[in-house]
Amino acid sequence: MSISAPPSAISELRERIARLEGSNARTRTVLPFGVAAIDGVLPGGGLIFGGLHEVAGGGNGAVDGAAAALFAAGIAARVTGKVLWCVTRPDLFAPAIEQVGLPPGRVIYVEAGDEKSVLACFEEGLRGGFGAVVAEVARLSMTASRRLQLAAESSGAIGIAIRRWRRQTEATDFGQPTGAETRWRVSVLPSKPLPVPGVGRARWHLELIRCRAGESADFTVEACDAKGRIALPSDVADRPLQKEIGRRRASA
Amino acid sequence: MWPTDRFRRKSADAAPRPETPLVLIGRDGRRRVVLAADAAAHAAGLRIGMPASKAQALVPGLIVHDAEPDADAMALERLALWALCRYAPVVAADPPDGLVIDTTGADHLHGGEAAMLTEMVERLAASSITARAAVADTRGAAHALSRFGGGTTIVVPSGETARAILPLPIAALRLAAGTIDSLRRLGFETIADLAGTPRASLALRFGPEPGRRLDQALGRVSEPIEPIRPVEIAEVRRNFAEPIGAAETIARYTGKLVAELCAELETRGQGARRLDLLFLRVDNRTEAIRVGTATPVRDVKRLTRLLTDKIETIDPGFGIELMRLAATIAEPLRAKQTISSLASPPEPDVSEVIDILANRVGEDRLYRFAPVQSDVPERSVQRIAPLAPDTGEGWPGHWPRPSRLLPRPEPIETVALLPDHPPVTFTWRGVRRRVKRADGPERVFGEWWKRDAELAAVRDYFQVEDENGERYWVYRAGDGEDAATGSHKWFMHGIFG
Repeated sequence: MSISAPPSAISELRERIARLEGSNARTRTVLPFGVAAIDGVLPGGGLIFGGLHEVAGGGNGAVDGAAAALFAAGIAARVTGKVLWCVTRPDLFAPAIEQVGLPPGRVIYVEAGDEKSVLACFEEGLRGGFGAVVAEVARLSMTASRRLQLAAESSGAIGIAIRRWRRQTEATDFGQPTGAETRWRVSVLPSKPLPVPGVGRARWHLELIRCRAGESADFTVEACDAKGRIALPSDVADRPLQKEIGRRRASA
Repeated sequence: MWPTDRFRRKSADAAPRPETPLVLIGRDGRRRVVLAADAAAHAAGLRIGMPASKAQALVPGLIVHDAEPDADAMALERLALWALCRYAPVVAADPPDGLVIDTTGADHLHGGEAAMLTEMVERLAASSITARAAVADTRGAAHALSRFGGGTTIVVPSGETARAILPLPIAALRLAAGTIDSLRRLGFETIADLAGTPRASLALRFGPEPGRRLDQALGRVSEPIEPIRPVEIAEVRRNFAEPIGAAETIARYTGKLVAELCAELETRGQGARRLDLLFLRVDNRTEAIRVGTATPVRDVKRLTRLLTDKIETIDPGFGIELMRLAATIAEPLRAKQTISSLASPPEPDVSEVIDILANRVGEDRLYRFAPVQSDVPERSVQRIAPLAPDTGEGWPGHWPRPSRLLPRPEPIETVALLPDHPPVTFTWRGVRRRVKRADGPERVFGEWWKRDAELAAVRDYFQVEDENGERYWVYRAGDGEDAATGSHKWFMHGIFG
């Protein structure tokens, strides 16, 4: 899909709307993923600074949130400044977070007792000079997410809510509307095949379920590298000839 | 005996038994000599200043430790503070092993001089500190009598100082060891010998020191005590003619008190690390708010915010008539220049929000992870304070690690080939999964150098991927061959993303 430059009438209208909205009048910077296919879908060409973004895991990931945590850590790793990570269950393993480019010196963890205080810490962190704030929450109401969004707008920090539920059945909550800028779902895929026995680089099925002023999309990506960057798998980015794929299948 | 007593107190249960001789040794120039010896060592014939090797040769089974003169001096200061709180307002540490207390006007509070000394010595003995005490007109005389008087407590009535100290050996006069040796060689044994000699010839040979010490002991020249001062806590208070109770009123006066306290702290060049705000209610009960900060703070707005956040925990009852705000822990805080860097803007300061969060969820709930040199995954991380200096250290990154580590490994049912194959299928939490791909083993040995129980323990870690692409970290306890290395049961330990 290619986005042609909007005609002048539309851009004029957008300006007028932006003026009416007031708080958003300033130009908003974005954090690009560095993957043209993803950045092209997001308005502005990346994740908006000063906004709330939601990430959930698909399948079992809705409960363990393992891939979602790495996806969030990869985003936070590419932001400058310290990172606040609010949790209720302390099962995050810091060496893995370092392996996606977020060294232990940059992350401060808050272990809040319940959901309510996680949200309070999340909001406090968004107002308080952190580059990115990550929080693992189960329920996120419209009111709470709107507050968080406003807090993020006031400071320009990226807020990432990792939606993580106690039980698989509660994950239907993810359909409820919130005030977040974008909503992502990360599901694991079988890893990149290797020519030898072993586990290759992890792959994710990345769904952009909701995006304010944008369209939803889904991608197959390779998991974060040591600098927190995701990438398109090489067989998608540089698609080989159809014949070659057939041959590889036959040999596998 | 202060150093050996302190050593025994410090070692608590691990201390050698009182009847075993103990000496502390240190360096005197190039020689290793005995610097302190306890009662048992003295009884065995050991003396201070004796070469360490000689002492060890004389007494078999002698316990020898290194002396810590600095720690001894610091502990003596603390003991002086204790005496200050308990006995008299003018107290000083008299290194290396004494305290000097000006008891003028304070003894009657303890039932007279003799009773006070007895009580003092007994109280110290109860804390296993051997002490001898003496009261005399002058500091020099008390010093001499307590060390050379030959009794645990000695009280010299006023005006009889000279008679009491003249028979003592000249070593009691606080002279340098070399001077004492030379005086002995000339035939001076007691203070009386020295006092009866014309000053001029003594001063010609030994300088003014012997005369000065003699005069100090006999009270002919004054010898002031430089007393220690307890660290005063910065505190402000406010009384209310009419008791207050509304939250807004409390918040307003909290702001005023914080402003006063910050002004007080500024004159001292300090910042608060912990604040205690006490509310005295009309029914004579006390309510309290305590807040802590990660770094010293003197910012009125910030401290007020921390305190007012907690006002809702206060029950004002029928009203509050007195508010007291004290900086119970304060540390030096100097103005510092903000770094102006051309290359990059300075990183924003997050200590303020850290303080707010720490006071909301608790200080121990706010942390950073730091690496520990350990191969065992659950021991490789430790929690450190959120604003601890960043060492830049990380974990070795050549093996993949799961993003979620289960709090404790969960047993799984597996079908696997021994000795070093990953499982073919496994059942975890009631769900059976077929392994499509696997990596491993990564062998982790028990830390036998720290724990005896792990002498042979082995864990073999595998990264396994099931048909849906979910990746798990499983391990087998044991190396697959030798039963001594583990139970050969399988466990789930983490989930990769």
